[in-house]
Amino acid sequence: MAKEFELNEVEVWDGNYAASQALRQAQIDVVAAYPITPSTPIVEGYGAYVANGYVDGEFVMVESEHGAMSGCVGAAAAGGRVATATSSQGFALMVEVLYQASGMRLPIVLTVANRALAAPLNVRGDHSDMYLGRDSGWIQLDAFDAQEAYDMTLCAFKIGEHLDVRLPVMVHQDGFTTSHKAQNVYPLQDSVAYKFIGDYVPVDDMLDFSRPVTHGAQTEEDWHYEHKAKQHKALMDSRTVIDEVFADFKKLTGREYKRVESYMMEDAEVALVLLGSSVETAVLAAKQLREEEGIKVGIVSPRCFRPFPYDLVREALDVPSLKAVCCLDKSAPGGAMGALFNEVSAAAYSTKARPMMTNYIYGLGGRDFAVDEAKRIIREQKAHADAGHITTDIQQFSGLRGPKLGFFQTRRG
Amino acid sequence: MAITSIKNLKEFSTNNDRFEGAHLLCPGCAHSMIVRELMNCTDDNLVLASNTGCLEVSTAVYPYTSWDTSWIHIGFENAATAASCAESMYKARKRKGTLKDPDAPVKFVAFGGDGSTYDIGFQWLSGAMERGHDFTYICLDNENYANTGGQRSSATPVGAHTTTAQAGSVSYGKKQKKKDIVAIMAAHGAPYVAQLAPNKWKSMAKGFQKALETEGPCFINTVSACTTEWKFDPKDTINITDLATDTLMFPIYEIIDGHELNILYRPKNVLKVEDYLGAQGRYRHLFKPENKHVIERIQKDIDEKWELLQRREEARI
Ligand SMILES: Cc1ncc(C[n+]2csc(CCOP(=O)(O)OP(=O)(O)O)c2C)c(N)n1
Ligand code: SF4
Ligand SMILES: [Mg+2]
Repeated sequence: MAKEFELNEVEVWDGNYAASQALRQAQIDVVAAYPITPSTPIVEGYGAYVANGYVDGEFVMVESEHGAMSGCVGAAAAGGRVATATSSQGFALMVEVLYQASGMRLPIVLTVANRALAAPLNVRGDHSDMYLGRDSGWIQLDAFDAQEAYDMTLCAFKIGEHLDVRLPVMVHQDGFTTSHKAQNVYPLQDSVAYKFIGDYVPVDDMLDFSRPVTHGAQTEEDWHYEHKAKQHKALMDSRTVIDEVFADFKKLTGREYKRVESYMMEDAEVALVLLGSSVETAVLAAKQLREEEGIKVGIVSPRCFRPFPYDLVREALDVPSLKAVCCLDKSAPGGAMGALFNEVSAAAYSTKARPMMTNYIYGLGGRDFAVDEAKRIIREQKAHADAGHITTDIQQFSGLRGPKLGFFQTRRG
Repeated sequence: MAITSIKNLKEFSTNNDRFEGAHLLCPGCAHSMIVRELMNCTDDNLVLASNTGCLEVSTAVYPYTSWDTSWIHIGFENAATAASCAESMYKARKRKGTLKDPDAPVKFVAFGGDGSTYDIGFQWLSGAMERGHDFTYICLDNENYANTGGQRSSATPVGAHTTTAQAGSVSYGKKQKKKDIVAIMAAHGAPYVAQLAPNKWKSMAKGFQKALETEGPCFINTVSACTTEWKFDPKDTINITDLATDTLMFPIYEIIDGHELNILYRPKNVLKVEDYLGAQGRYRHLFKPENKHVIERIQKDIDEKWELLQRREEARI
């Protein structure tokens, strides 16, 4: 039996340590992992629990992140709870197996400390790795701070392993700004956390020899399409399970989470939509501007990046007073508008108010995004609202050195 | 370990199979002979993993499966990781008491073609061997990427024609030597490593049983004659394999604990390599006068390798 870890009511943890504690409390059977900045401390933290008798399961230090995710798939098919952690290049190396894990319907938990993708090589936080995972068929939850990194990781097991879901789940936190920033975290006691998650229920267990199973079959044009459609349906239908798990979690802890978080949207004339640790910055900027300049600004943040909460984003933006919305993407857009812009615009198109939509790329490779810059962007939205048309390029870059960079203008008249 | 001892070929061919006869491998493909032999040499429960390749695409086409035991395929390179981490899961669940039948013995085996073993999956295999899982990896070595139509691999021998190292007016086929995977695996410190062939089916069954019995990571390279890409008549699979072992193109031997080398088959009459090469379309071009030197080189390499194996067997180092 694993030893119980003595925890105070309040601990001072960074996001990485919070995630590693949640992994420990889940009593995982196999963790297969490989270190990379900034998520390394999750793996090291777990290693310390292993070395000191707090873990009963196996800890397999593999030779690469591709190996880590491959190991998770093999272990999960053998009927137990599995998880790993990664960032950036490690995430990129895993991509082939991410698709295999979701296609094989294995509820693996992957904690990600988000980081930029090379080249140029960069260890700082942006959302490039998170975006790289967006078509992989995983549920993607976004934690905005260390407390949430802990809470979302606990919820992730319960969501992914739910018999109606059986899909892998990523829990994202921002590299460094969340992963390495210590704050007060309210943990659950070990037994309470484990009871919340529950025992693992094996499905199509390779170690149950009374019923041999074949995992990872071949399908061509005859069956592939049906499998993919079914998988997509499971991912879309997971929305209700996510809501249920969040509701259970609120009952247990008092902490309330929604698939889309929105702030001050009731009477908003302009809004920003963004993810991760920048949400706190944006909310602070919005509060100040409401007070100082009377700008009616709200903030919307899809905590559940996949399945994309089209329904709830639309609901959040369906405010009659809303005139201008700016979506901020912290990932190099690679020749397109930012992903958040594309998806939020699609949801906004079917609201009554149909606000003007613009896009900012920001924070790449860990470039700072501070309250002043958030305020400047909000004021720009207000200018669009007052003019009745978009007064800038539709896509712009925030905090970029050198000449201004922007693309596409609104066609008027 | 519960061992099934098969006394003669008739018994072998009628043995109750966990690998079903219904599969899509070419008639005469040696992959199925090797797999059947592995599955028939033990009564223990089996968890099998396959890399992408002919074996995998021919045996698990939804909604059918040829596998009457636990089987998993993930990708082209990671069956060693799948099998070894399934073994980790077994250990964890045994400790925690969550297995349905905790006392039944289980063996973990990964299959890979030479493409996935020598090339793309080399890193995953090396990692799993180093970590010391209790599993066996079996390479079905047909010396080319057969599933994708016969491209070169680092197991393709000198002089063979493949679609990516072709024989032509200015080329005699592959120029580079075959990678010595058996030596590399022995160098990992694996407790049991061997090279076996399905024509010598008794030594193959024995080798498989040794690998399954031995605790820790074991590796076996098997010669798997490929009628389609080696270009011979499907009825000749075993005849070609006889030529492979009797010319010493494929010596049969084992290495225990990285140093104790035992030669498992010594042909009474060692045949000239021309007999082996001449029986296969992939070497046809070598019999042109300008390619005589290639055959000479192949024979020289074989002789040197055989000398080396014999000396190592003697020296025990
Ligand atoms: C990552 C990746 N690269 C390439 C392929 C294409 N591919 C599938 S099987 C195969 C060759 C298999 O050769 P081998 O391992 O020798 O097995 P064989 O079919 O010869 O038994 C290749 C190149 C793939 N499936 N995945
Ligand atoms: S191509 Fe070769 S290896 Fe593949 S099934 Fe046919 S004979 Fe077997
Ligand atoms: Mg091959």
